[in-house]
Amino acid sequence: MQLDSLYQEIILDHYRTPHHAGLAEPYDVEVHHVNPSCGDEVTLRVELDGDTVKAVTHDSVGCSISQAATSVMSDLVIGKPVAEGMATYEKFLELMQGRGNVEPDEEVLEDGVAFAGVAQFPARVKCALLGWSAWRDATAQALAANQGVSNA
Amino acid sequence: MTDARTFSSPLDLQSVRADFPILSRELAGGFPLVYLDSANSSQKPRQVVQAIEDHYLIHNANVARAMHQLGAEATAAYEGGRDKVAAFIGAPSRDEIVFTKNASEALNLAAHTLGASLKPGDVVVVSEMEHHSNIVPWQLACERTGATLKWFGVTEDGRLDLSNIEELLTENTKVVALTWVSNALGTINPITDIAAKAHAVGATVVVDASQAVPQFPVDVSTLGADLLVFTGHKVVGPTGVGVLWGRYELLASLPPFLGGGEMIEVVRMTGSTYAAPPARFEAGTPPIAQAVGLGAAVDYLSGIGMDKIAAHEHAIVEYALEGLKTVPGLKLLGPTDATDHGGAISFALEGVHPHDVSTVLDTRGIAVRAGHHCARPVHERFGMQSSTRASFYLYTTPQEIEALVDGLGFVRSYFKRA
Repeated sequence: MQLDSLYQEIILDHYRTPHHAGLAEPYDVEVHHVNPSCGDEVTLRVELDGDTVKAVTHDSVGCSISQAATSVMSDLVIGKPVAEGMATYEKFLELMQGRGNVEPDEEVLEDGVAFAGVAQFPARVKCALLGWSAWRDATAQALAANQGVSNA
Repeated sequence: MTDARTFSSPLDLQSVRADFPILSRELAGGFPLVYLDSANSSQKPRQVVQAIEDHYLIHNANVARAMHQLGAEATAAYEGGRDKVAAFIGAPSRDEIVFTKNASEALNLAAHTLGASLKPGDVVVVSEMEHHSNIVPWQLACERTGATLKWFGVTEDGRLDLSNIEELLTENTKVVALTWVSNALGTINPITDIAAKAHAVGATVVVDASQAVPQFPVDVSTLGADLLVFTGHKVVGPTGVGVLWGRYELLASLPPFLGGGEMIEVVRMTGSTYAAPPARFEAGTPPIAQAVGLGAAVDYLSGIGMDKIAAHEHAIVEYALEGLKTVPGLKLLGPTDATDHGGAISFALEGVHPHDVSTVLDTRGIAVRAGHHCARPVHERFGMQSSTRASFYLYTTPQEIEALVDGLGFVRSYFKRA
Protein backbone atom coordinates (compact mmCIF):
# COMPACT_ATOMS: atom_id res chain seq x y z
CA MET A 1 0.00 0.00 0.00
CA GLN A 2 1.74 3.10 -1.26
CA LEU A 3 0.86 6.08 0.88
CA ASP A 4 2.08 8.60 -1.68
CA SER A 5 -0.15 7.06 -4.35
CA LEU A 6 -3.12 7.85 -2.10
CA TYR A 7 -2.08 11.28 -0.91
CA GLN A 8 -1.13 12.86 -4.23
CA GLU A 9 0.07 16.46 -4.03
CA ILE A 10 -3.01 17.54 -6.03
CA ILE A 11 -5.29 15.99 -3.41
CA LEU A 12 -3.51 17.69 -0.53
CA ASP A 13 -3.65 21.03 -2.39
CA HIS A 14 -7.41 20.73 -2.84
CA TYR A 15 -7.74 19.65 0.81
CA ARG A 16 -5.86 22.72 2.05
CA THR A 17 -7.62 25.17 -0.27
CA PRO A 18 -10.87 23.61 -1.47
CA HIS A 19 -12.42 25.23 -4.55
CA HIS A 20 -15.99 26.58 -4.35
CA ALA A 21 -16.06 26.11 -0.58
CA GLY A 22 -18.52 28.22 1.40
CA LEU A 23 -22.24 28.15 0.68
CA ALA A 24 -23.32 30.88 -1.74
CA GLU A 25 -26.56 32.49 -2.88
CA PRO A 26 -28.52 32.14 -5.04
CA TYR A 27 -29.14 28.42 -5.39
CA ASP A 28 -31.89 26.07 -6.53
CA VAL A 29 -31.43 23.16 -4.14
CA GLU A 30 -29.41 22.50 -0.99
CA VAL A 31 -28.70 18.97 0.20
CA HIS A 32 -26.93 17.54 3.23
CA HIS A 33 -25.24 14.19 2.80
CA VAL A 34 -23.50 12.15 5.46
CA ASN A 35 -21.39 9.09 5.49
CA PRO A 36 -23.02 7.40 8.49
CA SER A 37 -20.24 4.90 9.11
CA CYS A 38 -17.57 7.55 9.57
CA GLY A 39 -19.43 10.81 10.13
CA ASP A 40 -18.21 12.83 7.14
CA GLU A 41 -20.78 15.46 6.21
CA VAL A 42 -21.26 17.75 3.24
CA THR A 43 -23.80 20.49 2.66
CA LEU A 44 -23.96 21.34 -1.02
CA ARG A 45 -25.86 23.87 -3.12
CA VAL A 46 -26.56 23.67 -6.82
CA GLU A 47 -27.80 26.34 -9.19
CA LEU A 48 -28.78 25.33 -12.70
CA ASP A 49 -29.23 27.49 -15.77
CA GLY A 50 -31.49 25.34 -17.91
CA ASP A 51 -29.53 22.13 -18.36
CA THR A 52 -26.23 23.69 -17.41
CA VAL A 53 -24.62 23.62 -13.98
CA LYS A 54 -24.24 27.30 -13.20
CA ALA A 55 -22.88 27.03 -9.65
CA VAL A 56 -21.92 24.49 -7.02
CA THR A 57 -20.85 25.51 -3.53
CA HIS A 58 -20.25 23.36 -0.48
CA ASP A 59 -19.45 23.32 3.19
CA SER A 60 -18.07 20.08 4.54
CA VAL A 61 -16.42 18.40 7.45
CA GLY A 62 -14.38 15.33 6.67
CA CYS A 63 -11.09 13.81 5.73
CA SER A 64 -8.63 14.98 3.11
CA ILE A 65 -10.00 12.58 0.51
CA SER A 66 -13.66 13.59 0.87
CA GLN A 67 -12.88 17.31 1.00
CA ALA A 68 -10.51 17.20 -1.95
CA ALA A 69 -12.90 15.03 -3.99
CA THR A 70 -15.74 17.52 -3.43
CA SER A 71 -13.45 20.36 -4.50
CA VAL A 72 -12.35 18.56 -7.69
CA MET A 73 -15.93 17.50 -8.43
CA SER A 74 -17.08 21.13 -8.26
CA ASP A 75 -14.39 22.16 -10.76
CA LEU A 76 -15.41 19.34 -13.09
CA VAL A 77 -19.14 20.05 -13.25
CA ILE A 78 -19.45 23.83 -13.03
CA GLY A 79 -20.23 25.38 -16.41
CA LYS A 80 -20.91 22.01 -18.00
CA PRO A 81 -24.21 20.51 -19.15
CA VAL A 82 -25.73 18.27 -16.45
CA ALA A 83 -25.46 15.23 -18.74
CA GLU A 84 -21.72 15.80 -19.12
CA GLY A 85 -21.31 16.09 -15.35
CA MET A 86 -23.20 12.84 -14.87
CA ALA A 87 -20.99 11.15 -17.50
CA THR A 88 -17.91 12.42 -15.66
CA TYR A 89 -19.30 10.90 -12.47
CA GLU A 90 -19.65 7.53 -14.23
CA LYS A 91 -15.99 7.74 -15.28
CA PHE A 92 -14.95 8.67 -11.77
CA LEU A 93 -17.02 5.85 -10.26
CA GLU A 94 -15.48 3.37 -12.69
CA LEU A 95 -12.03 4.55 -11.60
CA MET A 96 -12.94 4.25 -7.89
CA GLN A 97 -14.36 0.77 -8.28
CA GLY A 98 -11.50 -0.42 -10.48
CA ARG A 99 -9.26 -1.63 -7.65
CA GLY A 100 -6.37 0.10 -9.39
CA ASN A 101 -6.92 -1.67 -12.74
CA VAL A 102 -8.62 1.20 -14.54
CA GLU A 103 -6.51 3.69 -16.50
CA PRO A 104 -7.90 7.15 -15.65
CA ASP A 105 -8.92 9.40 -18.54
CA GLU A 106 -7.25 12.74 -17.84
CA GLU A 107 -9.21 14.44 -20.64
CA VAL A 108 -12.42 13.83 -18.70
CA LEU A 109 -11.32 13.64 -15.08
CA GLU A 110 -8.61 16.36 -15.03
CA ASP A 111 -7.45 16.68 -11.38
CA GLY A 112 -9.71 13.71 -10.63
CA VAL A 113 -7.01 11.37 -11.96
CA ALA A 114 -5.13 12.03 -8.73
CA PHE A 115 -7.71 9.85 -6.98
CA ALA A 116 -6.61 6.73 -8.90
CA GLY A 117 -4.67 5.64 -5.82
CA VAL A 118 -7.79 5.76 -3.65
CA ALA A 119 -9.13 2.75 -5.53
CA GLN A 120 -6.48 0.65 -3.79
CA PHE A 121 -7.82 1.65 -0.38
CA PRO A 122 -11.36 0.19 -0.43
CA ALA A 123 -12.25 1.78 2.92
CA ARG A 124 -11.63 5.23 1.45
CA VAL A 125 -13.63 4.94 -1.78
CA LYS A 126 -16.80 6.11 -0.06
CA CYS A 127 -14.93 9.24 1.09
CA ALA A 128 -14.15 10.14 -2.52
CA LEU A 129 -17.78 9.62 -3.58
CA LEU A 130 -19.55 11.65 -0.87
CA GLY A 131 -19.44 15.02 -2.68
CA TRP A 132 -20.45 13.40 -5.93
CA SER A 133 -23.49 11.76 -4.36
CA ALA A 134 -24.54 15.11 -2.89
CA TRP A 135 -24.15 16.85 -6.26
CA ARG A 136 -26.09 14.15 -8.13
CA ASP A 137 -28.92 14.30 -5.59
CA ALA A 138 -29.11 18.12 -5.59
CA THR A 139 -28.95 18.28 -9.38
CA ALA A 140 -31.66 15.65 -9.84
CA GLN A 141 -33.89 17.59 -7.45
CA ALA A 142 -33.18 20.87 -9.23
CA LEU A 143 -33.97 19.33 -12.63
CA ALA A 144 -37.21 17.88 -11.30
CA ALA A 145 -38.18 21.25 -9.82
CA ASN A 146 -37.40 23.07 -13.08
CA GLN A 147 -39.41 20.46 -14.98
CA GLY A 148 -42.34 21.16 -12.69
CA VAL A 149 -42.07 24.89 -13.42
CA SER A 150 -41.84 24.50 -17.20
CA ASN A 151 -44.78 22.08 -17.23
CA ALA A 152 -46.93 24.40 -15.18
CA MET B 1 12.03 5.43 18.75
CA THR B 2 10.37 6.44 21.96
CA ASP B 3 12.44 5.73 25.05
CA ALA B 4 11.53 2.45 26.67
CA ARG B 5 9.47 3.05 29.78
CA THR B 6 8.65 0.79 32.66
CA PHE B 7 5.76 -1.57 32.18
CA SER B 8 4.56 -4.35 34.37
CA SER B 9 1.72 -6.79 33.70
CA PRO B 10 0.67 -9.98 35.49
CA LEU B 11 0.16 -11.70 32.13
CA ASP B 12 2.69 -13.77 30.22
CA LEU B 13 2.06 -11.93 26.98
CA GLN B 14 4.16 -14.25 24.85
CA SER B 15 2.10 -17.28 25.85
CA VAL B 16 -1.21 -15.40 25.56
CA ARG B 17 -0.29 -14.19 22.08
CA ALA B 18 0.65 -17.71 21.01
CA ASP B 19 -3.05 -18.61 21.38
CA PHE B 20 -4.00 -15.96 18.79
CA PRO B 21 -2.45 -16.94 15.42
CA ILE B 22 -3.71 -13.76 13.73
CA LEU B 23 -1.41 -11.67 15.93
CA SER B 24 1.64 -13.15 14.16
CA ARG B 25 0.39 -12.01 10.77
CA GLU B 26 2.43 -9.80 8.53
CA LEU B 27 0.57 -7.13 6.60
CA ALA B 28 1.32 -5.29 3.35
CA GLY B 29 4.83 -3.89 3.24
CA GLY B 30 6.14 -6.51 5.65
CA PHE B 31 4.76 -4.74 8.73
CA PRO B 32 3.69 -6.97 11.61
CA LEU B 33 0.04 -6.55 12.60
CA VAL B 34 -0.46 -4.14 15.50
CA TYR B 35 -4.10 -4.73 16.38
CA LEU B 36 -5.42 -1.81 18.42
CA ASP B 37 -9.12 -2.22 17.61
CA SER B 38 -10.30 -4.73 20.20
CA ALA B 39 -13.10 -2.50 21.49
CA ASN B 40 -14.52 -2.86 18.00
CA SER B 41 -14.00 -6.63 17.88
CA SER B 42 -11.52 -8.78 19.74
CA GLN B 43 -9.35 -11.45 18.17
CA LYS B 44 -10.08 -15.14 18.82
CA PRO B 45 -7.84 -17.75 20.43
CA ARG B 46 -7.43 -21.23 18.91
CA GLN B 47 -9.42 -22.71 21.81
CA VAL B 48 -12.57 -20.82 20.74
CA VAL B 49 -12.22 -21.61 17.05
CA GLN B 50 -11.52 -25.27 17.93
CA ALA B 51 -14.67 -25.49 20.08
CA ILE B 52 -16.79 -24.12 17.23
CA GLU B 53 -15.14 -26.46 14.74
CA ASP B 54 -15.66 -29.49 16.99
CA HIS B 55 -19.28 -28.56 17.43
CA TYR B 56 -19.97 -28.28 13.73
CA LEU B 57 -17.88 -31.30 12.71
CA ILE B 58 -18.89 -33.71 15.47
CA HIS B 59 -22.01 -32.66 17.42
CA ASN B 60 -24.08 -30.52 15.05
CA ALA B 61 -27.88 -30.68 15.17
CA ASN B 62 -30.70 -28.38 16.22
CA VAL B 63 -31.32 -27.91 19.94
CA ALA B 64 -34.24 -28.84 22.17
CA ARG B 65 -36.63 -29.93 19.40
CA ALA B 66 -34.27 -32.57 17.95
CA MET B 67 -34.97 -35.78 19.87
CA HIS B 68 -32.04 -37.85 18.58
CA GLN B 69 -28.58 -38.36 20.07
CA LEU B 70 -26.97 -35.49 18.18
CA GLY B 71 -29.87 -33.27 19.19
CA ALA B 72 -29.14 -34.14 22.79
CA GLU B 73 -25.43 -33.40 22.33
CA ALA B 74 -26.12 -30.08 20.62
CA THR B 75 -28.61 -29.13 23.33
CA ALA B 76 -26.11 -30.03 26.04
CA ALA B 77 -23.43 -27.95 24.30
CA TYR B 78 -25.71 -24.94 23.84
CA GLU B 79 -27.03 -25.10 27.40
CA GLY B 80 -23.46 -25.66 28.58
CA GLY B 81 -22.64 -22.27 27.01
CA ARG B 82 -25.44 -20.79 29.10
CA ASP B 83 -24.01 -22.33 32.30
CA LYS B 84 -20.56 -20.98 31.54
CA VAL B 85 -21.80 -17.48 30.80
CA ALA B 86 -23.94 -17.50 33.96
CA ALA B 87 -20.94 -18.48 36.06
CA PHE B 88 -18.69 -15.95 34.30
CA ILE B 89 -20.84 -12.96 35.27
CA GLY B 90 -22.01 -14.27 38.63
CA ALA B 91 -25.64 -14.82 37.63
CA PRO B 92 -27.53 -16.52 40.49
CA SER B 93 -29.39 -18.73 37.99
CA ARG B 94 -28.67 -20.09 34.50
CA ASP B 95 -32.26 -19.19 33.58
CA GLU B 96 -31.31 -15.53 33.83
CA ILE B 97 -29.10 -15.79 30.70
CA VAL B 98 -30.81 -15.07 27.37
CA PHE B 99 -28.85 -15.54 24.14
CA THR B 100 -29.48 -12.90 21.48
CA LYS B 101 -27.65 -12.23 18.24
CA ASN B 102 -25.64 -9.32 19.66
CA ALA B 103 -25.71 -6.56 22.30
CA SER B 104 -27.84 -4.32 20.06
CA GLU B 105 -30.54 -6.97 19.85
CA ALA B 106 -30.36 -7.45 23.63
CA LEU B 107 -30.86 -3.70 24.14
CA ASN B 108 -33.74 -3.68 21.67
CA LEU B 109 -35.25 -6.60 23.59
CA ALA B 110 -34.95 -4.57 26.79
CA ALA B 111 -36.42 -1.43 25.19
CA HIS B 112 -39.33 -3.34 23.64
CA THR B 113 -40.29 -5.38 26.67
CA LEU B 114 -39.77 -2.65 29.28
CA GLY B 115 -41.25 -0.20 26.79
CA ALA B 116 -44.49 -2.20 26.69
CA SER B 117 -45.54 -0.64 30.00
CA LEU B 118 -44.33 2.91 29.30
CA LYS B 119 -46.92 5.67 28.93
CA PRO B 120 -46.99 9.46 28.44
CA GLY B 121 -45.44 11.20 31.43
CA ASP B 122 -42.97 8.37 32.04
CA VAL B 123 -39.28 9.14 31.70
CA VAL B 124 -36.42 7.04 30.32
CA VAL B 125 -32.93 8.23 31.25
CA VAL B 126 -29.80 7.48 29.19
CA SER B 127 -26.53 9.39 28.89
CA GLU B 128 -24.74 11.49 26.31
CA MET B 129 -21.86 8.99 26.20
CA GLU B 130 -23.97 6.01 25.08
CA HIS B 131 -23.29 3.93 22.01
CA HIS B 132 -26.05 4.51 19.44
CA SER B 133 -27.43 1.07 20.33
CA ASN B 134 -28.30 2.33 23.82
CA ILE B 135 -29.89 5.54 22.50
CA VAL B 136 -31.91 4.68 19.41
CA PRO B 137 -33.94 1.73 20.86
CA TRP B 138 -35.03 4.04 23.73
CA GLN B 139 -35.84 6.88 21.34
CA LEU B 140 -38.03 4.44 19.42
CA ALA B 141 -39.66 3.16 22.63
CA CYS B 142 -40.43 6.75 23.66
CA GLU B 143 -41.87 7.51 20.22
CA ARG B 144 -44.11 4.46 20.45
CA THR B 145 -45.39 5.17 23.95
CA GLY B 146 -45.26 8.94 24.42
CA ALA B 147 -42.69 8.61 27.21
CA THR B 148 -39.92 11.23 27.44
CA LEU B 149 -36.22 10.58 26.91
CA LYS B 150 -33.79 12.46 29.16
CA TRP B 151 -30.06 12.05 29.59
CA PHE B 152 -27.07 12.59 31.81
CA GLY B 153 -24.55 14.99 30.26
CA VAL B 154 -20.80 14.49 30.21
CA THR B 155 -18.32 16.67 32.11
CA GLU B 156 -15.39 18.42 30.49
CA ASP B 157 -13.05 15.65 31.69
CA GLY B 158 -15.23 12.94 30.17
CA ARG B 159 -17.06 11.71 33.26
CA LEU B 160 -20.81 11.30 33.66
CA ASP B 161 -22.29 14.62 34.85
CA LEU B 162 -24.31 13.60 37.91
CA SER B 163 -24.93 17.16 39.13
CA ASN B 164 -28.60 17.06 38.08
CA ILE B 165 -29.26 13.45 39.09
CA GLU B 166 -32.08 14.55 41.42
CA GLU B 167 -33.89 16.17 38.48
CA LEU B 168 -33.39 13.17 36.23
CA LEU B 169 -34.36 10.49 38.73
CA THR B 170 -37.90 11.15 39.91
CA GLU B 171 -40.95 9.00 40.51
CA ASN B 172 -41.71 9.39 36.79
CA THR B 173 -38.41 7.74 35.85
CA LYS B 174 -39.16 4.17 34.79
CA VAL B 175 -35.92 3.12 33.11
CA VAL B 176 -32.29 4.17 33.53
CA ALA B 177 -30.12 2.73 30.74
CA LEU B 178 -26.40 3.40 31.01
CA THR B 179 -23.14 2.19 29.63
CA TRP B 180 -20.74 0.77 32.21
CA VAL B 181 -17.63 1.59 30.16
CA SER B 182 -17.83 4.17 27.37
CA ASN B 183 -16.66 2.76 24.04
CA ALA B 184 -15.55 6.22 22.91
CA LEU B 185 -14.18 7.88 26.05
CA GLY B 186 -13.09 4.81 27.97
CA THR B 187 -14.81 6.19 31.08
CA ILE B 188 -15.88 3.63 33.69
CA ASN B 189 -19.17 4.77 35.23
CA PRO B 190 -20.23 4.28 38.89
CA ILE B 191 -23.11 1.93 38.05
CA THR B 192 -23.75 0.66 41.58
CA ASP B 193 -24.20 4.18 43.04
CA ILE B 194 -26.48 5.30 40.23
CA ALA B 195 -28.47 2.05 40.35
CA ALA B 196 -29.16 2.55 44.07
CA LYS B 197 -30.55 6.02 43.38
CA ALA B 198 -32.56 4.74 40.41
CA HIS B 199 -34.05 1.93 42.50
CA ALA B 200 -34.96 4.43 45.21
CA VAL B 201 -37.41 6.03 42.74
CA GLY B 202 -38.59 2.67 41.43
CA ALA B 203 -36.79 2.71 38.08
CA THR B 204 -35.43 -0.36 36.30
CA VAL B 205 -31.68 -0.24 35.60
CA VAL B 206 -30.34 -1.46 32.25
CA VAL B 207 -26.56 -1.67 31.85
CA ASP B 208 -24.70 -1.84 28.56
CA ALA B 209 -21.67 -3.89 29.61
CA SER B 210 -20.32 -4.47 26.09
CA GLN B 211 -17.00 -2.84 26.98
CA ALA B 212 -17.02 -3.93 30.63
CA VAL B 213 -17.43 -7.71 30.55
CA PRO B 214 -14.35 -8.10 28.32
CA GLN B 215 -12.17 -6.06 30.63
CA PHE B 216 -12.76 -6.79 34.30
CA PRO B 217 -14.48 -9.27 36.62
CA VAL B 218 -18.25 -8.78 36.61
CA ASP B 219 -20.64 -9.93 39.33
CA VAL B 220 -24.23 -9.13 38.41
CA SER B 221 -25.43 -10.36 41.81
CA THR B 222 -23.89 -7.31 43.50
CA LEU B 223 -23.80 -4.76 40.66
CA GLY B 224 -27.27 -3.32 41.13
CA ALA B 225 -28.38 -3.72 37.51
CA ASP B 226 -31.73 -5.28 36.66
CA LEU B 227 -30.81 -6.06 33.07
CA LEU B 228 -27.32 -6.19 31.58
CA VAL B 229 -26.14 -6.84 28.04
CA PHE B 230 -22.88 -7.69 26.32
CA THR B 231 -21.71 -9.30 23.10
CA GLY B 232 -19.71 -12.41 22.33
CA HIS B 233 -17.28 -11.07 19.77
CA LYS B 234 -15.73 -8.55 22.16
CA VAL B 235 -14.88 -11.26 24.73
CA VAL B 236 -12.71 -13.32 22.35
CA GLY B 237 -15.86 -15.19 21.28
CA PRO B 238 -17.57 -15.41 17.89
CA THR B 239 -19.86 -12.90 16.22
CA GLY B 240 -23.57 -13.68 16.08
CA VAL B 241 -24.19 -14.15 19.79
CA GLY B 242 -25.02 -11.61 22.45
CA VAL B 243 -26.19 -11.94 26.03
CA LEU B 244 -29.02 -10.42 27.99
CA TRP B 245 -28.83 -11.09 31.71
CA GLY B 246 -31.84 -10.17 33.82
CA ARG B 247 -33.05 -10.67 37.37
CA TYR B 248 -35.31 -13.68 37.06
CA GLU B 249 -38.43 -12.10 38.57
CA LEU B 250 -38.06 -9.17 36.19
CA LEU B 251 -37.57 -11.41 33.13
CA ALA B 252 -40.58 -13.47 34.21
CA SER B 253 -42.71 -10.31 34.31
CA LEU B 254 -41.74 -9.13 30.83
CA PRO B 255 -43.74 -9.84 27.67
CA PRO B 256 -42.13 -11.70 24.74
CA PHE B 257 -39.97 -9.82 22.25
CA LEU B 258 -39.84 -11.91 19.07
CA GLY B 259 -42.47 -14.57 18.42
CA GLY B 260 -41.70 -18.01 17.01
CA GLY B 261 -40.63 -21.53 17.80
CA GLU B 262 -39.47 -22.51 21.29
CA MET B 263 -40.66 -19.30 22.96
CA ILE B 264 -44.18 -20.67 23.41
CA GLU B 265 -46.04 -22.80 25.88
CA VAL B 266 -49.27 -23.57 24.02
CA VAL B 267 -50.22 -22.13 20.63
CA ARG B 268 -53.88 -22.03 19.63
CA MET B 269 -55.28 -20.12 16.69
CA THR B 270 -57.15 -17.96 19.17
CA GLY B 271 -54.03 -17.05 21.15
CA SER B 272 -50.87 -18.43 22.73
CA THR B 273 -49.17 -18.67 26.08
CA TYR B 274 -45.47 -18.22 26.46
CA ALA B 275 -42.58 -20.21 27.85
CA ALA B 276 -40.75 -19.16 30.99
CA PRO B 277 -37.45 -17.26 30.65
CA PRO B 278 -34.98 -17.70 29.07
CA ALA B 279 -36.86 -19.62 26.34
CA ARG B 280 -39.52 -16.88 26.16
CA PHE B 281 -36.90 -14.57 24.62
CA GLU B 282 -35.20 -17.09 22.31
CA ALA B 283 -37.59 -17.50 19.38
CA GLY B 284 -36.39 -19.68 16.54
CA THR B 285 -33.19 -21.67 16.19
CA PRO B 286 -30.70 -19.88 18.42
CA PRO B 287 -27.01 -19.17 17.69
CA ILE B 288 -25.98 -22.68 18.77
CA ALA B 289 -22.36 -22.95 17.63
CA GLN B 290 -21.87 -19.32 18.65
CA ALA B 291 -23.07 -20.02 22.19
CA VAL B 292 -20.68 -22.97 22.30
CA GLY B 293 -17.88 -20.67 21.13
CA LEU B 294 -18.86 -18.06 23.69
CA GLY B 295 -18.71 -20.71 26.40
CA ALA B 296 -15.20 -21.60 25.28
CA ALA B 297 -14.31 -17.90 25.23
CA VAL B 298 -15.36 -17.21 28.80
CA ASP B 299 -13.60 -20.42 29.87
CA TYR B 300 -10.48 -19.11 28.18
CA LEU B 301 -10.71 -15.74 29.93
CA SER B 302 -11.46 -17.37 33.28
CA GLY B 303 -8.47 -19.67 32.81
CA ILE B 304 -6.22 -16.63 32.48
CA GLY B 305 -8.09 -14.78 35.21
CA MET B 306 -10.27 -11.70 34.75
CA ASP B 307 -8.48 -9.98 37.64
CA LYS B 308 -5.18 -10.37 35.80
CA ILE B 309 -6.73 -9.20 32.53
CA ALA B 310 -8.10 -6.14 34.34
CA ALA B 311 -4.67 -5.39 35.82
CA HIS B 312 -3.08 -5.78 32.39
CA GLU B 313 -5.65 -3.47 30.77
CA HIS B 314 -5.01 -0.87 33.44
CA ALA B 315 -1.24 -1.07 32.94
CA ILE B 316 -1.58 -0.80 29.16
CA VAL B 317 -3.98 2.14 29.40
CA GLU B 318 -1.62 3.94 31.77
CA TYR B 319 1.30 3.24 29.45
CA ALA B 320 -0.65 4.36 26.39
CA LEU B 321 -1.90 7.58 28.01
CA GLU B 322 1.69 8.47 28.98
CA GLY B 323 2.90 7.73 25.47
CA LEU B 324 0.11 9.61 23.70
CA LYS B 325 0.71 12.68 25.85
CA THR B 326 4.19 12.93 24.29
CA VAL B 327 2.75 13.34 20.78
CA PRO B 328 2.65 17.06 19.91
CA GLY B 329 -0.76 18.35 18.86
CA LEU B 330 -2.61 15.32 20.23
CA LYS B 331 -5.79 15.98 22.22
CA LEU B 332 -7.26 13.19 24.31
CA LEU B 333 -11.02 12.74 24.32
CA GLY B 334 -12.25 11.72 27.75
CA PRO B 335 -10.38 11.07 31.00
CA THR B 336 -6.66 11.76 30.71
CA ASP B 337 -5.55 9.53 33.58
CA ALA B 338 -5.91 5.79 33.99
CA THR B 339 -8.24 5.95 37.01
CA ASP B 340 -11.59 4.38 36.11
CA HIS B 341 -10.46 4.28 32.49
CA GLY B 342 -11.36 1.31 30.31
CA GLY B 343 -9.20 -0.07 27.52
CA ALA B 344 -10.10 2.41 24.80
CA ILE B 345 -8.54 5.82 24.19
CA SER B 346 -9.87 8.27 21.61
CA PHE B 347 -7.94 11.30 20.45
CA ALA B 348 -7.64 14.01 17.83
CA LEU B 349 -4.43 14.94 16.08
CA GLU B 350 -4.27 18.62 15.20
CA GLY B 351 -4.59 19.30 11.49
CA VAL B 352 -5.04 15.69 10.41
CA HIS B 353 -8.47 14.12 9.99
CA PRO B 354 -8.99 10.78 11.84
CA HIS B 355 -9.52 8.90 8.56
CA ASP B 356 -6.19 10.12 7.35
CA VAL B 357 -4.57 9.20 10.68
CA SER B 358 -6.05 5.74 10.43
CA THR B 359 -5.05 5.20 6.80
CA VAL B 360 -1.45 6.28 7.42
CA LEU B 361 -1.22 4.04 10.50
CA ASP B 362 -2.76 1.20 8.49
CA THR B 363 0.03 1.36 5.93
CA ARG B 364 2.36 0.63 8.87
CA GLY B 365 0.29 -2.37 9.98
CA ILE B 366 -1.41 -0.52 12.84
CA ALA B 367 -5.18 -1.11 13.02
CA VAL B 368 -7.15 1.59 14.85
CA ARG B 369 -10.69 2.87 14.44
CA ALA B 370 -11.54 6.28 13.00
CA GLY B 371 -14.93 7.94 13.00
CA HIS B 372 -17.56 8.59 15.64
CA HIS B 373 -17.43 4.99 16.95
CA CYS B 374 -21.25 4.83 16.95
CA ALA B 375 -21.19 7.55 19.62
CA ARG B 376 -21.91 10.71 17.67
CA PRO B 377 -23.55 12.67 20.54
CA VAL B 378 -20.46 12.50 22.76
CA HIS B 379 -18.28 13.70 19.88
CA GLU B 380 -20.68 16.59 19.36
CA ARG B 381 -20.42 17.30 23.10
CA PHE B 382 -16.70 17.88 22.65
CA GLY B 383 -17.14 19.83 19.41
CA MET B 384 -15.61 17.04 17.34
CA GLN B 385 -16.96 15.37 14.27
CA SER B 386 -14.92 12.23 14.75
CA SER B 387 -11.82 10.87 16.43
CA THR B 388 -9.21 8.15 16.22
CA ARG B 389 -9.51 5.36 18.77
CA ALA B 390 -6.91 2.87 19.93
CA SER B 391 -8.22 0.02 22.07
CA PHE B 392 -6.46 -2.76 23.86
CA TYR B 393 -6.93 -6.25 25.21
CA LEU B 394 -5.19 -9.04 27.04
CA TYR B 395 -2.78 -9.57 24.14
CA THR B 396 -1.73 -5.91 23.69
CA THR B 397 1.98 -5.32 24.30
CA PRO B 398 3.84 -2.16 25.33
CA GLN B 399 5.79 -2.52 22.06
CA GLU B 400 2.51 -2.10 20.18
CA ILE B 401 1.85 1.09 22.11
CA GLU B 402 5.33 2.31 21.11
CA ALA B 403 4.49 1.46 17.49
CA LEU B 404 1.34 3.58 17.79
CA VAL B 405 3.17 6.54 19.33
CA ASP B 406 5.92 6.34 16.69
CA GLY B 407 3.28 5.93 13.99
CA LEU B 408 1.51 9.09 15.12
CA GLY B 409 4.80 10.95 14.92
CA PHE B 410 5.09 9.72 11.36
CA VAL B 411 1.52 10.83 10.59
CA ARG B 412 2.35 14.32 11.79
CA SER B 413 5.53 14.58 9.78
CA TYR B 414 3.84 13.12 6.69
CA PHE B 415 1.10 15.71 6.65
CA LYS B 416 3.45 18.52 7.57
CA ARG B 417 5.74 17.61 4.70
CA ALA B 418 2.87 17.06 2.34
